[in-house]
Amino acid sequence: MKTDHGNIRTGWRKMTESRFFMPGLIAAGLILSFSVSHFELLDPYVQLILMYVGINIILTASLNLINGYMGEFSVGHAGFMAVGAYTASVLTVSVFPGHMTFLFFPAAVLAGGLVSALVGLVVAVPSFKTRGDYLAIVTLAFNMIVKSLIENLEAVGGPRGFLGMEKLTTLPWVFFWTVLSVWIIRNLVYSNFGRGVLSIREDEIASDLMSVNTRQVKLLAFVVSSFFAGIAGALFAHLLQYINPRMFDILKSTDILIMVYLGGIGSIAGSIIGATIFTLLLEILRPMGLWRMVLMPLLLVLLMIFRPRGIMGLREFRWFIPLRDVVATRLRQAKKEAADASS
Amino acid sequence: MPLLECRNLNHYFDGLCAVSDFNLAIEPGDLVGIIGPNGAGKTTVFNLITGVYRATRGSILFGGRETVGRTPSGIASLGIARTFQNIRLFRELSVLDNVRIAHYARARYNAVEALLQIGRYHAEEKRIAGRSMDLLAALNLDPYADEPAKNLPYGMQRRLEMARALAMEPKLLLLDEPAAGMNPNEILQLMDLIQWIRKTFGLTILLIEHQMRLVMGICENIKVLDFGATIAEGPPRDIQNHPKVLEAYLGEEVTV
Repeated sequence: MKTDHGNIRTGWRKMTESRFFMPGLIAAGLILSFSVSHFELLDPYVQLILMYVGINIILTASLNLINGYMGEFSVGHAGFMAVGAYTASVLTVSVFPGHMTFLFFPAAVLAGGLVSALVGLVVAVPSFKTRGDYLAIVTLAFNMIVKSLIENLEAVGGPRGFLGMEKLTTLPWVFFWTVLSVWIIRNLVYSNFGRGVLSIREDEIASDLMSVNTRQVKLLAFVVSSFFAGIAGALFAHLLQYINPRMFDILKSTDILIMVYLGGIGSIAGSIIGATIFTLLLEILRPMGLWRMVLMPLLLVLLMIFRPRGIMGLREFRWFIPLRDVVATRLRQAKKEAADASS
Repeated sequence: MPLLECRNLNHYFDGLCAVSDFNLAIEPGDLVGIIGPNGAGKTTVFNLITGVYRATRGSILFGGRETVGRTPSGIASLGIARTFQNIRLFRELSVLDNVRIAHYARARYNAVEALLQIGRYHAEEKRIAGRSMDLLAALNLDPYADEPAKNLPYGMQRRLEMARALAMEPKLLLLDEPAAGMNPNEILQLMDLIQWIRKTFGLTILLIEHQMRLVMGICENIKVLDFGATIAEGPPRDIQNHPKVLEAYLGEEVTV
């Protein structure tokens, strides 16, 4: 009985650590999401919620890079989202032709991300000199600037908002961008640059003295983070088909912050869990009406008391850690156990 | 040509003189000690050399290149590594990651290769992990590679700081009170360790220390600071009986 259990465990481990496992899972997900949206396998409402989950995962993972991994406190993530949303919407409505959306929609989303990344580059500069509370104020101001800038831009509808986008965001696209963002943020975290990001959180001066070019690391983190916030904004705009500046105010930034701290700081798995639970809970509790606004904060307070670092705080699923590291750790563990047993 | 040369270094904190006219020349392979009572400006000298503070006046040449005005990480990647008086490890991160981080300037892949995991990324990550484990093994820390640094006992944390500094492949190692909080037995081991590191890695070492046993035992040259000024300089034997040094530590001699 016991050996059976062991066999299943090693078999499972072998399968999940095969180099084809993750690509296979992603391919299966892509096919599944495509057939769900193409053959209407799921209720459109359920599909909509799933797409919100995906967009929120992108937002949460990208903000976690700054707030969780780097230990800064950015409260203006919705500002980047707005930049991406408006850039992509203007492109699809006024610039790109209406046909061949299969080519032009991803180009518009990418452009939304790139413009947002450019803005992120500018916001990164104050982070060279300030940190903590003061950097939080800078990002807060950034969010307000973006919102009032759009409100005063008549060309994109000002406070009335911008519409005319086709519903181009579909489940396969959301799946694709979500996987891409999670993969790239995970790659960043487990590289030399990601370790630099972590060392800034732990002790910025020591990290500088250990040859980590902290400016370079901060620039990279802000650019990647704002790039994906812009992507999420572009997807969001083409899902809702209508955007206005108030959608991207401090309240939206707060929602993203809640998802980060709910799921857990400094964790990819935490970002996915936090975004999923928050989005689903908001929908499940919808029948409660106003009481939802009482229950959600209450849940958060309880979480902060019992798990101050969030559900997955500073921990990670094995699947997200590079296999090289997982295997090395396991070998060291086995060696240690053998040494303990012999002594 | 000296490896490190400080010329008329001056540093003021809002008018308070912390270091005044500090001169130092270290030849490659030297082991030099800086001693002095508390508040003499010893750690300030380290902070000036590593770029944490910018010298008010004077110049610092490392391998003939001026370092005043460079960022700390820029100076570090030229080949100056240091440890801290009050240990400054990346506490929440694993012992292994602490050492891997110090490879930042020596990693040979760019951001695009890292984000897409292409090109030199995999080979280089393997090299960094292997080299980090070798360094940990050299300092007998390899069994704790996966522990968070904060869980290590005090003496091991000190050794980890050294492993982290060595990971930068430095030419010059600055040790800020490496024996702080150690008992006489541990100090003897530390003396051996410093000698061993120096020989194995071909390093030049500059150290600050209060423990006379350590300084007198291993340093070839000693500089004594008091109130920011250099009051004596020379081999250990001369320093031990230098009247100004005795005065700084014990007070003026008075005939009763």
